[in-house]
Amino acid sequence: MSDVCIVGIGIHRFGRTDGLSGLEQGVFAVNQALGDAGVAWQDIQFAYGSSDAAGNPDTMVDRLGLTGVQFINVRNGCAAGGSALFSAQMAIKSGEFDLGLAVGFDKHPRGAFNALPAEYNLPDWYGEAGYMVTTQFFAAKIMRYMHLFGISRQTLGKVAEKAFRNGVHAPHAWRRTPVALDDILDAPMVSDPYSKFMFCSPAEGGVALVLASEKKARELGKPLIRLKAAAMRTRPPHSFEVFAPSIDVVADDGGMRGTATRLASAHAFQTAGIGPADIHVAQLQDTEAGAEVMHLAENGFCADGEQEQWIAEGRTEIGGLLPVNTDGGCLACGEPIGASGLRQVYENVVQLRGDGGGRQVPDTPRTAYSHVYGAPGVSAVTILER
Amino acid sequence: MRAIAEGLFTEETPPRLIGGRERASRRIVFPCPPGDTFEPVPLAREGTLWSWTVQRFRPKSPPYAGPDAFAPWIVAYVELPGEVIVQARLVDVAPDDVRIGMAVRLAPTLLDPQAADPSYIPAFAPIGAGA
Repeated sequence: MSDVCIVGIGIHRFGRTDGLSGLEQGVFAVNQALGDAGVAWQDIQFAYGSSDAAGNPDTMVDRLGLTGVQFINVRNGCAAGGSALFSAQMAIKSGEFDLGLAVGFDKHPRGAFNALPAEYNLPDWYGEAGYMVTTQFFAAKIMRYMHLFGISRQTLGKVAEKAFRNGVHAPHAWRRTPVALDDILDAPMVSDPYSKFMFCSPAEGGVALVLASEKKARELGKPLIRLKAAAMRTRPPHSFEVFAPSIDVVADDGGMRGTATRLASAHAFQTAGIGPADIHVAQLQDTEAGAEVMHLAENGFCADGEQEQWIAEGRTEIGGLLPVNTDGGCLACGEPIGASGLRQVYENVVQLRGDGGGRQVPDTPRTAYSHVYGAPGVSAVTILER
Repeated sequence: MRAIAEGLFTEETPPRLIGGRERASRRIVFPCPPGDTFEPVPLAREGTLWSWTVQRFRPKSPPYAGPDAFAPWIVAYVELPGEVIVQARLVDVAPDDVRIGMAVRLAPTLLDPQAADPSYIPAFAPIGAGA
């Protein structure tokens, strides 16, 4: 079967853009991606769009042109962008279409996500008692991980420091000013062990990717960035997830439990026919600094506990063995849910093309990995190759 | 004084939390879900701290129903051996003294002691911490 290729990319700057709706930011990204691919909206045969809080993506046909194009909306929590991309590549792999679009955008209110118990099949008292706060989960997860595997708070700080340092060179990033390690560590605490600089914030932004069959990509004369794998998975038994009034006891609780990430990652590597050691650059879900640490292991790049040494030695820096979150990730870009997973793929295409400027991974990488994770235990992974 | 919801605590003194045992798998969850799939089962009063954090900002209302004047509180996951790991407050201890693995005992606490009709929520306290 021939590969699906990414032939066009577009992004609307992440962060806060007053006066521009989430959908308008999505339209901006689509137009940029079409221009990058050298195709017109009229050429697009289908689209998948993801948004969690900024309206129905299909309504953007108002702005793009009423061509009657097939346009399917995807709402899949934090995996929404990945799910849109998975669906789009399937549409091409099936032979049904040659050229299509995956687009994601969002626009969230300021402050923490405001979730209500009933939306998660939880009793009202759980919210009244103060537990509908996602940051509690992330903090409790890393607190146990640090205890089990000897990860220091200093390491969490260094992950955040790297994010802001990388964000300086990413025009689409929200926070583009370096923050000193001591300022990160000494900043007001949000949920121990995390200070405010160690959590990403809900944000705004839009990303679009134009996908083509290999035959179509060759016609367009674009460099072939192949989507070797796209996988989306939900949680296995006994996992620890956000908004959990209880967790299963297990016989051997001295290691990490199964996660949606592990399932998605294993499947993606199997599909691509390569392993973690073959990846040259990775974008890993960094809702908070510890997530990047834990996801290094959950995605198979190192064993649990090795991150302390990895980060001390700078292996995840842009010039390191495995550069991670080269555009500053969610920590520097913020997290517009519908667009976040597609931003990672956008950044990977930039890196594979060698267009990263000040944040370019040396010796133009040939393989790139992206990973999202979120509530209520969903994960999506992609592997690109040029 | 009352519990924040029906079906969380047993009627005895001191009370226990009520979990739900899935009839088919014997797996225990908390709280006990409605319906016939789970049967109510009283949970152990004592366990160990599985993980924790501190809630340092006031959660948004709704749904949070705690006092307007906010003071940080500790969120705990407590492992009740062989049963289930439950989420609850951890009281009578300062964050600096919290250790994963420490022994704790059920010690329900008031969500808002100043409220006209205050309600109890599930909480644990270190064993040997006075109470």
